[in-house]
Amino acid sequence: MHYYLDFERPVAELEDKIEELRRLADGRDMNITTEIKKLEKKARDLRADIFSKITPWQRTLIARHPERPYTLDYIDLLMQDFVELHGDRRFSDDPAIVAGFARLGDMPVAVIGHQKGRSTKERIERNFGQPHPEGYRKALRIMKLAERLGKPIITLIDTPGAYPGIGAEERGQAEAIATNLQDMFTLKTPIISVVIGEGGSGGALALSVADRIIMLEHAVYSVISPEGCAAILWNKNGSTVGRKEYENASDALKITAQDLYGLGIIDEIIPEPLGGAHRNQKETAASLAEALKRHLADLIDKPDDILLEERYIKFRLIGELEEAP
Amino acid sequence: MAWFKKEKSKITKKVKVPEGLWVKCNSCKEIIYRKEVDKNLKVCPKCNYHFRISARERMSLLADSGTFVEIGQNLTSTDPLDFKDQITYKERLKESEKKTNIKEAATAGHALIGNRPVMLIVLDFSFMGGSMGSVVGEKFVMAAEKAAEDFIPLISVTSSGGARMHEGIVSLMQMAKTSASVSRLKETGLPYISILTDPTFGGVSASFAMLGDIIIAEPKSLIGFAGPRVIEQTIKQQLPENFQTAEFLLQHGMIDMIVNRKDLKDTVIKLLSLTTGGNKSPQSEHE
Repeated sequence: MHYYLDFERPVAELEDKIEELRRLADGRDMNITTEIKKLEKKARDLRADIFSKITPWQRTLIARHPERPYTLDYIDLLMQDFVELHGDRRFSDDPAIVAGFARLGDMPVAVIGHQKGRSTKERIERNFGQPHPEGYRKALRIMKLAERLGKPIITLIDTPGAYPGIGAEERGQAEAIATNLQDMFTLKTPIISVVIGEGGSGGALALSVADRIIMLEHAVYSVISPEGCAAILWNKNGSTVGRKEYENASDALKITAQDLYGLGIIDEIIPEPLGGAHRNQKETAASLAEALKRHLADLIDKPDDILLEERYIKFRLIGELEEAP
Repeated sequence: MAWFKKEKSKITKKVKVPEGLWVKCNSCKEIIYRKEVDKNLKVCPKCNYHFRISARERMSLLADSGTFVEIGQNLTSTDPLDFKDQITYKERLKESEKKTNIKEAATAGHALIGNRPVMLIVLDFSFMGGSMGSVVGEKFVMAAEKAAEDFIPLISVTSSGGARMHEGIVSLMQMAKTSASVSRLKETGLPYISILTDPTFGGVSASFAMLGDIIIAEPKSLIGFAGPRVIEQTIKQQLPENFQTAEFLLQHGMIDMIVNRKDLKDTVIKLLSLTTGGNKSPQSEHE
C-alpha cells in the first residue's frame, strides 16, 4: 500500500478500485482484465493531469513524502562498497548526517548527506534529519579527508533545517554552519551537491557549497519553510495560518527546482518518475547516477586553482541588485 | 514553580530608544531621562543595557572623525522574486528607506580607527531587521575584497535577525558568498574582527559574523542561530537563564570577549596594533 497525499486522493481511489478488481479477477476473467487496463490508463492520465498542475506547496509535500528515498537509499542504489564513518572527534556522532566513502561506478568518492528516519523510532534517532553542530563538524572532517586523499565529494541534501535546540546553541550551531561555508570554498577537490528532498535553509546550505548544484524535480530549497514564512508574513492579526497561507508563502518564496533553475542558482534538474521519486526509486537513482558521472567527468581534471576560482565566482555572482542614481 | 508566582517572559523585547523625553530600559525597566541615555552612548546608566544604535551612530563611535568613505552607497535590491505578502517587497524597501533615512541595512566603507586604515561594515537593525539580502551580501564582499586588495583589516558590526526572506534563496546564498570572501581574506594574513551587537541571529550569525578571527560582543546582546521563540516552540521547555546572551556565548567558548560600548574603540585600536604590521611577514606574499 502506498501513502497518498491529499491532492492525490482521486488517483488513490482509482488505484484502490483497480486493486480490488485484480483480486476478484485473479487473472482469468478477460472482461475484467480489459476493464483493469482501461482503469490503469485512466489512473495514469489522472496522475499526469494532477502532476502537470502541481503547486510549489504540493511539491514541498512530495519533497517530504514519507516514502521518498533518503540519503542511505540513494547510496545503496547509486554506489558500491559504502563504508560509513562516524563522529566529529569533538563531542559526538550525529545520526542526522551520514558520511563515508563509497564507489560511484569505478570512482571512489566521499559521500555525505542528511538522513531522515523511516520508522518512528528511527525518525527520533535521526532527529528528523535536523543536524546538531557535531553533524556539520563530522561532515567537514570527512570533506577535508577527501580533499587530502584526492577524492571528489558528493553531498545529498534532505533536511528541514539545522536543529533549533539548547545543546545546538551551546555548542555553536551558527559557528559550525559558518565554518563549513567558509572552508568548503578552500577544498581542492570537486564537490557536487544534490538536493534530493528538502533543502532547509542554512542547515542545507552548510553541505551544499559546491561546484555543481543539482535538484531532483520535486525537491525544494528555501531560506525558510513555507510554514515559517507564512507564520511571520501572513499572520498579521494573530489569525492562524493554514494550507492557503502555506500555498501563498511557497509561491512567493520561489522554492522549487524549476524556480531555482530559472534564478540561475542550480545547474540541473533531474526528472522524477510520474508521482515522485518514491514511485520508482531505481529509475530516479539511474538518472541521478548518469548526471553525477557526467559532472564528475567534467570536474575531475580541473586544476585546483581553476576549480576554486570557479567555485568562488559561482557564488560571488549571486545577488540581484542595481546602482541607484 | 509556586502557583502565585507570575511567570516572567524569557523573551524580552528590545527596541531602539524611542522618541520622547523619557525612556524605559528594556532590561531593568527603569524610567530614565532620555538625554542621560544619549550622553551615555545609549547605554542604560542603571543596568548597563546597551540599546540598539543606528549604523551612522556606530560609525561615528568607531571611526576617527571625518575619515569614513562609503562604498556601494547607492546599491539597491532589484527584488529577484517579485515578492509580495501583504505589501510588495519594493514598497517595504521604500518604507524602510523613508523610516531610517538609509538605503539598505548595511553601510560599508573605508575608515581610520586610531589612525589605522580598515574596511568597516555595519548593519542597522532598524532597516528590515538588519536582514541580509543581495545588497548586504554584496557590500560585505566588496568590503572584504577591498580589505584584501589594500591589505588592511576588516571589521564588521552586526545587528540582524538573519537572512531576508523576501529575497528567498538569493538571500540564503549570500551566506555562502560572504563566507567565501572571509575565506579569501584569511588567506592574506589579515585579521578579521567581528563585533556582535544585539541581536545577531540566523543567516548572519551562521555566516560571516561567527567567522571573525576575533569576536567581540556588547554586554547582554542576544546572539544565536535559531531565535529563542523557535527553540521554545520546538523543545517545549523553558530556556535557561541567560540563554543566547553574550555572556552565555563567552562561557561556552563561542566569542573572545565582551566589551562595553565606551571601551569598544580603544579595544579595537589595541587589537589592530597587536595583529597588524608585525615583525614576521604574514602568511601571504604581499609586499
